[in-house]
Amino acid sequence: MEQNGNSTTNLRRVAIDPISRVEGHGKITLMLDAANHIHEARLHIVEFRGFEKFIQGRPYWEVPFFVQRLCGICPVSHQLAAAKAVDQLVGVEQLTPTAFKLRRLLHFGQTLQSHALHFFHLSSPDLLFGFGSDPAQRNIVGVLDKYPELALKGVKLRKFGQQIIAAISGKRIHGTATVPGGMNKALTIAEREILLADINDILAWCQDAVALNEQIHTAHPEHHGYAAIRSNFLSMTGSGGELELYHGGLRARSADGAKIFDQFDYRAYQSVIREEVRPWSYMKFPYLIELGKQQGWYRVGPLARVNNCDFIATPLAEASRKRFREFGNGGFVHDTLAYHWARMIEALHCAESIYELLHDPEITGTDLVANFGDKHSVGIGVIEAPRGTLFHHYQIDEQGLIEKANLIVSTTSNNQAMNESVRAVANEYLDGHEITEGLLNHLEVAVRAYDPCLSCATHALGKMPLQVELLDAGGALLDRLTKGGNGMIERTA
Amino acid sequence: MAKLLLFGYGNPGRGDDALGPELIERIARLHFADVECQNDMQLQVEHVTDLAACGRVLFIDADMSCAEPFEFSELSPEKDGSYTSHAMNPNALLHAYRQVYGKDAPQAFLLRIRGYDFKLGDPLSDKATVNLEAATKLIVEFCSAESPSFWRQEKLKAGGIWPFT
Repeated sequence: MEQNGNSTTNLRRVAIDPISRVEGHGKITLMLDAANHIHEARLHIVEFRGFEKFIQGRPYWEVPFFVQRLCGICPVSHQLAAAKAVDQLVGVEQLTPTAFKLRRLLHFGQTLQSHALHFFHLSSPDLLFGFGSDPAQRNIVGVLDKYPELALKGVKLRKFGQQIIAAISGKRIHGTATVPGGMNKALTIAEREILLADINDILAWCQDAVALNEQIHTAHPEHHGYAAIRSNFLSMTGSGGELELYHGGLRARSADGAKIFDQFDYRAYQSVIREEVRPWSYMKFPYLIELGKQQGWYRVGPLARVNNCDFIATPLAEASRKRFREFGNGGFVHDTLAYHWARMIEALHCAESIYELLHDPEITGTDLVANFGDKHSVGIGVIEAPRGTLFHHYQIDEQGLIEKANLIVSTTSNNQAMNESVRAVANEYLDGHEITEGLLNHLEVAVRAYDPCLSCATHALGKMPLQVELLDAGGALLDRLTKGGNGMIERTA
Repeated sequence: MAKLLLFGYGNPGRGDDALGPELIERIARLHFADVECQNDMQLQVEHVTDLAACGRVLFIDADMSCAEPFEFSELSPEKDGSYTSHAMNPNALLHAYRQVYGKDAPQAFLLRIRGYDFKLGDPLSDKATVNLEAATKLIVEFCSAESPSFWRQEKLKAGGIWPFT
């Protein structure tokens, strides 16, 4: 539990609602004790449960398309996890070689564009301008002003990832790339040639991005302890222990690197991971059963994956991983802001993998769908989505309609860790009774290291205000700070 | 006639947020010459590359506060003050275009279609569907026009819904 060991009496509550530049409806509640220390941090995120209800009663073959609506940043990740589950429902154990490679290519494209968005668009302004810098400058447009070459690389990296998605899916959003047991559309030679035309630039820019992140993190000692926590790590790895984003076994390691389980069949995830429900949150708290509720929470995502794997199968990313591990003196790197460095190592791995796949003759094959086997009533698909391990678990009835669904999204897995990081930052930066914009900025920086996207996308004009409230133990309002969609800040208490 | 880009944005899985993408899907099926249709969940800075190849752009979005059934406005570049979301507004995109390409963005307009309910998983509301029909009819007329002069018809100017001059 993210609490200090103080009494629960004489607590004040600080609520921050919602979190800016983190999509979805998030809210942070900081409960203070009488000495103004953070007693507990609660990060509230809503709506994942609603989606699981929403897809009940739908035919299973529609699920990969419906789940794309879960997230505006990584719809493809949800589609692929659901597609893997649907493969099991129709009894397909192995895809055709071309379909398997197309899914991997799609996933690498998705991860590349998401990582580019996460770093260049959302986090680089914090890292380049400073956490307390002018908010009007601290965004991608500010980066374009001050560092146009860097910003353009980010723009083009994301665009390239999206071009891959469009080429394979047939359209930018809500495409129909996957079908039960395979893929819907072949990649044409012309489409491949268009992508190949840019791949060398993409590789070079990813290398630059890794170097930049390495330089930023190693040159700023204050980043090392920022929102820092020690945690267990969970990720998939390949059969040889390599970094693997599409298909592998689950590996969990403790904070000191000891293996808790390895190459575990994700279809049996419920025997090693349990989800705790807490009354104040819509989002569950997963933990490793072997370690229990108190000690079993874990982190997922780039930091977990790069720490957890034994090696990366592509040479440039592997060289970067080795430097990353050297920074951790051969052990795990626990620095929360090192998520960004690990993220760019993965982006480089994606670029290298895309290069390899585009040069593979089978990528333009036309044998796209495997023969169905015996149908099953349960399908469980797991992938390493950009922000971490993503579980899609479906149960269908005799008519093929979804009876039950369970999704553990990356944000859910990182739930406890984000609470811990938020508490660490608040302890350091909350001063007295006033919510300052500086505090907000620092909390956002911590959350953004994990996740730019706390829920699914909506962007209707004027829907994303930022409100901060300070309440006393009885719930009376002490202070309120509101940041409107236009960036204007108003203190109303 | 310079290519017209119709760019809808919104999440098709969130009720009336689907208005922009839905309008784009309808227009795309009609295959108008010199009209390119694009959509995305959110507007982002990389979309400046879509603007580079067009002579005029019309953004289409759902809006909870505009007049029924829709509102047009002409857009001008503005530095992004909406830093509380990672989605950009179209004015900021035009500003980013100038930063990226060193020249003014194409002439740009925004069609805001009135929406009412943005809940996850909901279909378009009945009232939003009525507004979508009206917006579709108008955009079809624009795309069917043989020349830009059609867009400057007195009846449109008189109605105050199309700001070309």
